[in-house]
Amino acid sequence: MASGNGTTGGSSTTDVYNKARHWLLMPSWAILGTFVLAPVCVMLIYSFLTKEFRGGVIWDFSLAAYDQFFFDRGLFGDGDPTLQWTYITIFWRSIWQAGLATVLALLIGFPTAYYIATRPENTRALWVFLITIPYWVNLLIRTVSMKFLLRDEGPLNDLLMSTGLVDDPLRIINTNLAVQLGLFYSYLPFMVLPIYASVERYNFTMSEAAADLYASKWNTLRRIVLPAVKPGVVAGCILVFVPSLGAFLAPDLLGGAKNFMIGSLIEEQFKGNAGNWPFGAAASMILLTLVMSVLLIIARPQRSAGAKI
Amino acid sequence: MKDKTDIAVEIQAAVKRYGNFTALHRISLSIRDNEFFTLLGPSGCGKTTLLRLIAGFEDVSEGQIYLFGDEIDTLPPHKRSVNTVFQNYALFPHMSVLQNVAFGLEMQGKSLSKARKRAGEMLELVQLSQYANRKPAQMSGGQQQRVALARALAPQPKVLLLDEPLSALDLKLRKAMQLELKHIQRETGITFIFVTHDQEEALTMSDRIAVMSNGALQQLGAPRDIYEQPHNMFVADFIGDTNLLEVTVEAISDGDAKCRIDDSHALICPAVETVVVGARLHLSIRPERMILTEEANANQSFKGTVVENIFIGTDITTIVKLETGSQITVRTSNSDRGSKRIIDVGHDAFVNMEVGAARLLAD
Ligand SMILES: Nc1ncnc2c1ncn2[C@@H]1O[C@H](COP(=O)(O)OP(=O)(O)OP(=O)(O)O)[C@@H](O)[C@H]1O
Ligand SMILES: [Mg+2]
Repeated sequence: MASGNGTTGGSSTTDVYNKARHWLLMPSWAILGTFVLAPVCVMLIYSFLTKEFRGGVIWDFSLAAYDQFFFDRGLFGDGDPTLQWTYITIFWRSIWQAGLATVLALLIGFPTAYYIATRPENTRALWVFLITIPYWVNLLIRTVSMKFLLRDEGPLNDLLMSTGLVDDPLRIINTNLAVQLGLFYSYLPFMVLPIYASVERYNFTMSEAAADLYASKWNTLRRIVLPAVKPGVVAGCILVFVPSLGAFLAPDLLGGAKNFMIGSLIEEQFKGNAGNWPFGAAASMILLTLVMSVLLIIARPQRSAGAKI
Repeated sequence: MKDKTDIAVEIQAAVKRYGNFTALHRISLSIRDNEFFTLLGPSGCGKTTLLRLIAGFEDVSEGQIYLFGDEIDTLPPHKRSVNTVFQNYALFPHMSVLQNVAFGLEMQGKSLSKARKRAGEMLELVQLSQYANRKPAQMSGGQQQRVALARALAPQPKVLLLDEPLSALDLKLRKAMQLELKHIQRETGITFIFVTHDQEEALTMSDRIAVMSNGALQQLGAPRDIYEQPHNMFVADFIGDTNLLEVTVEAISDGDAKCRIDDSHALICPAVETVVVGARLHLSIRPERMILTEEANANQSFKGTVVENIFIGTDITTIVKLETGSQITVRTSNSDRGSKRIIDVGHDAFVNMEVGAARLLAD
């Protein structure tokens, strides 16, 4: 009898818990629905509408935006469709710029995170604080400062020339290199912080065990540490790659007109009266599809590994 | 070193400091080849620290460590031919059991197929062949322990270090593993350095025991020597149960000391090196080396009253309050009961010591 009571009590608590969880999750669902799902739906719908010339849309179904993205039909729009390379080139540049920024951030961010995580426990918070300090300043201001630093007459070139390392100022501004530097700098902490979190949780006895079993430092890192902190590395890569792909501040301010990225392209479609909303929406949808595919590819092995543990 | 093949590990005046704190005070030890050697001591006495010095996870502050005659104290851990069974096992969670065991062999440069083959043999040795493809998290504590053992044994280290490997197991499993470890040690012929704070475990398993306390070596010897001839209060108290009697040394002759217990009792027992006449020292007498009688049968029996009889399976422990006020614990084997009657609580009893039962302690 007593045990019967116990069992019913247990299952009814679970019921109550489940019900409570259901209701407690409602605000999150509401927020996700309103601010994530709904805007994406709006974008999806707009991308299939007809453009209004001073911005905005006309509610007529049209594939014109996607057509404009992928095909070139001549100046008057009546030629034979050929593949439109302009936008694909911009996309391709965005992808490799974002990918390179991710790789650079990983190369710099991983040792940084590892270093912080292996400091004495009471000083780690300070290190993390130091990493985040620059990011208390608005991104726009930091990017403008970067532009100032990298200018032909800027401090960097002044320094290089005064030390005699170069005779003429290095042309950095308005190149892909400047964009790259801007992206890398903007998103570096998003690489450091998740990796730091997972290295901090890593049990360093594993490294001792590996060294005990004749593994060199490099093999210990490769075979033991990296697999253990992989979730943090993957999270860091996603957090750097995704915003880099859609970034417009760094390409706009540091890259100039020649080094356009998708973010700037999309931004332009919605700015002022010159834009083309359906085209911006279509480019956004293509970008979204691209990002989702990349994430699925990265996240899939991750999920199955997580499920096994 | 004297004989390269005889001494597996030689520790010379090893000191380990953490800042101002000295964890190990000039430890010198020789561990013989093929030996089951145990480091025994209470928590915090420096057992793990000493093991970590041998494995190379910490550097000695002073002193040298030799492995079969070669100085190893400056080598990194992966260049020392010793392997460790960690207290919490430290298995690699993302690798299968087989991969865990094969890891050391791979790192030694063995081909993958050779490493896998030998790892399989090791799993057979610890009877885990059917779990080769599991992840460590899917194994019980006892099974993980044996994986850790197989992993450490697989590369055929010259010396195996074991840091309280059995402490997480329940009593029954622990007893079984004690026998298995002993068996594996004999089978492989590898020198084991085993750390434990459990004196019973140390006595059961070891060829020799080093008793440590507060970062210093207290006594080194075979289990039986340590049990029967403890050098000092710490060892006598830490190993097994004992009765400690405070005595005054009255005279010393021919290596024997005459120790006065009270006005009517004195005992002759082997003197320790440092003893001087007039010193106040302690005698250690094991509970099983005394006999209780209802009448005084020799001039060396102590009169008292039985306070308690405690039945503990194989033995009966009797606590006797002596006339002098101190309490003595006497243990009588249950099988002897026919000849030695149990004396009921409240009755008078005489405590008689066996010849040579008392041991004079240095401090
Ligand atoms: N990294 C360290 N820094 C400072 N002190 C340390 C460090 N490691 C160990 N100690 C100290 O050294 C002493 C010995 O520690 P050790 O771990 O060797 O003890 P132990 O005998 O293995 O104990 P236990 O049975 O509890 O494992 C302890 O007092 C401990 O506080
Ligand atoms: Mg320890």
